[in-house]
Amino acid sequence: MKRTIENVESQFEMFQIINEDGEIVNQEAMPNLSDEELKELMHRMVYTRILDQRSIALNRQGRLGFYAPTAGQEASQLGSQFALEKDDFILPGYRDVPQLIWHGLPLYQAFLFSRGHFHGNQMPEGVNALSPQIIIGAQITQAAGVALGMKKRGKKAVAITYTGDGGTSQGDFYEGMNFAGAYQAPAIFVVQNNRFAISVPVEKQTAAQTLAQKAVAAGIEGIQVDGMDVLAVYAATKDARERGINGEGPTLIETLTYRYGPHTMAGDDPTRYRTDDLDNEWEKKDPLVRFRKFLEGKGLWSEDEENKVIDQAKEEIKAAIKKADEQPKQKVTDLISYMYEELPSNLKEQMEEYKEKESK
Amino acid sequence: MREITYLEAVREAMSQEMRENKDVFILGEDIGVYGGAFGVTRGMIEEFGPERVRNTPISESAIAGTAIGAALTGMRPILELQFSDFITISMDQIVNQAAKLRYMYGGKGKVPMVLRTPAGSGTGAAAQHSQSLEAWMTHIPGLKVVQPSTAYDVKGLLKAAMDDDNPVIFYEHKLLYKTKGDVPEEQYSIPLGKADIKREGTDVTIVATAIMVHKALEAAAELDKEGISIEVVDPRTLVPLDTDTIVESVKKTSRLVVVHEAVKRGGYGGEIASAIAESDAFDYLDAPIKRVGGKAVPIPYNPELEKAAVPQVPDIIEAVKETLNKRITTHA
Repeated sequence: MKRTIENVESQFEMFQIINEDGEIVNQEAMPNLSDEELKELMHRMVYTRILDQRSIALNRQGRLGFYAPTAGQEASQLGSQFALEKDDFILPGYRDVPQLIWHGLPLYQAFLFSRGHFHGNQMPEGVNALSPQIIIGAQITQAAGVALGMKKRGKKAVAITYTGDGGTSQGDFYEGMNFAGAYQAPAIFVVQNNRFAISVPVEKQTAAQTLAQKAVAAGIEGIQVDGMDVLAVYAATKDARERGINGEGPTLIETLTYRYGPHTMAGDDPTRYRTDDLDNEWEKKDPLVRFRKFLEGKGLWSEDEENKVIDQAKEEIKAAIKKADEQPKQKVTDLISYMYEELPSNLKEQMEEYKEKESK
Repeated sequence: MREITYLEAVREAMSQEMRENKDVFILGEDIGVYGGAFGVTRGMIEEFGPERVRNTPISESAIAGTAIGAALTGMRPILELQFSDFITISMDQIVNQAAKLRYMYGGKGKVPMVLRTPAGSGTGAAAQHSQSLEAWMTHIPGLKVVQPSTAYDVKGLLKAAMDDDNPVIFYEHKLLYKTKGDVPEEQYSIPLGKADIKREGTDVTIVATAIMVHKALEAAAELDKEGISIEVVDPRTLVPLDTDTIVESVKKTSRLVVVHEAVKRGGYGGEIASAIAESDAFDYLDAPIKRVGGKAVPIPYNPELEKAAVPQVPDIIEAVKETLNKRITTHA
């Protein structure tokens, strides 16, 4: 009898292009990006790191609501988004606000989403994305549907959805991959394995040695990527996208990454389940540090340039918060009017009631 | 007019719409050459092909999630769940996703999908394939819930459901599939939220849903022989509910019996009774409102016990008579 489970993970060796010291270790896989594009990637990562720091501060001041910190995951988030075109459709999880912003969601709307203001979820025309999903894994079956819709309409575009390691334990994760596989729909499933589902380490979530190997059961392509290496994430996503639009089916991308901060700002204290040693080990892999070294080696980046990005980010964040503050307050009548295309009679009654109250 | 079955009316409504609108497609288990668990989609894959009559894996959560994803990108999916009991498996997608997206997106997203599914007992399908769980769906703001009782209604209501930009849960009753009625050949729409008076009468109002409409009509015919005049009101859609028609009927008859196959406790009959208690019609009541519903048991496999678990014509007749014999007395 042949045993199959041993060494499955050996097929899923981590794909890396630049190492922790910023050196190219896989020249063959180097994506064909111009100097400007390389700098743009760095720009976005620095900007997003500042946005994360400011968002945490704003949350502590009571000026933002729900917030899931992103520091540590910039390469996974932004490297994958950078491989997309405008027509591609993003179905994010709740930590994936940066991808939405770089896909076209104005910053002030991202802040409104955090505050639970409906305008934060009103995607501008031409921004192909859903709002961040809160139910773990629910976006994954929907991604299969979006991809199917694109295929039916003959669009050369993909649906890309994000979840964490925790999301891979949901039935929806398998169902979504299996569906997309059965229809060879152009979907990309990105699993940002940041090692913890809130407090439960990935080793306690599954007996699988890698999360990428979960693609095998669905019969789709799976790859494990160094999620701290922005070029590796970019290259893997670009490849998945091309295969998707060429009718070669969906891909599961597992990115190995780490969130430096708490799960969310709603009272999580990671010191209860993570050690300093582990934090230090991952901080050495930091995506910004290694990419900065890589760019400096090519003479493409300097402290001056970095400071310019930081200043720009701070200015824009300030302006966006101001704009968010200026948004009209939500009214009960607004909320009622968004329930159905046409108001049913019971809501018409409620509408009249609140119109009167709001007019006073 | 031409007579066809309820089942044929469902199929015709879908086929005509699919010829008109390329964005409409069906997905579900075994809906291709097999024709669906009850044969509703038989012949459709031959006309529309496997991309528009899409067989799915046994994966209810993904069927619903995929329909939502497709709907969000402008398609108009119809999903068929083989048995309405399986809504339980797709519950997150229906309740937390489809029902809420329009609201959460500030009106800038819509989920125009129809979830068609056969419900009810009477086929010997036992505890996990025979339930009437529609009250759950009526509790969720953002959904519309339809329960057609005749071939004519099912065609017109399905057209309205397919045209609707909100998610619609469309319950077809298994035992009604073979019932026949006059159905126009052309497309027509019956607005969601419009009740239908299936029989006019003056002594007692019976509000009945789905197959219970027919049992109520049988009971009314029996009672007519005894000189008791029954008005039978079929709400047709539970959400939105046409409260006005029910209120007007009760004002006329002053007596109300509510009948559904679903378990009485927590059933939609409670909502109808409450709507009357809150309305002008309350003052007109000459007797307490009577609810007739299924027993609080799983549906048995044994055919005799299966019948005993849900209301039958004699139960309705008895309830009407109790209502007529009871009077609301004013205590001094």
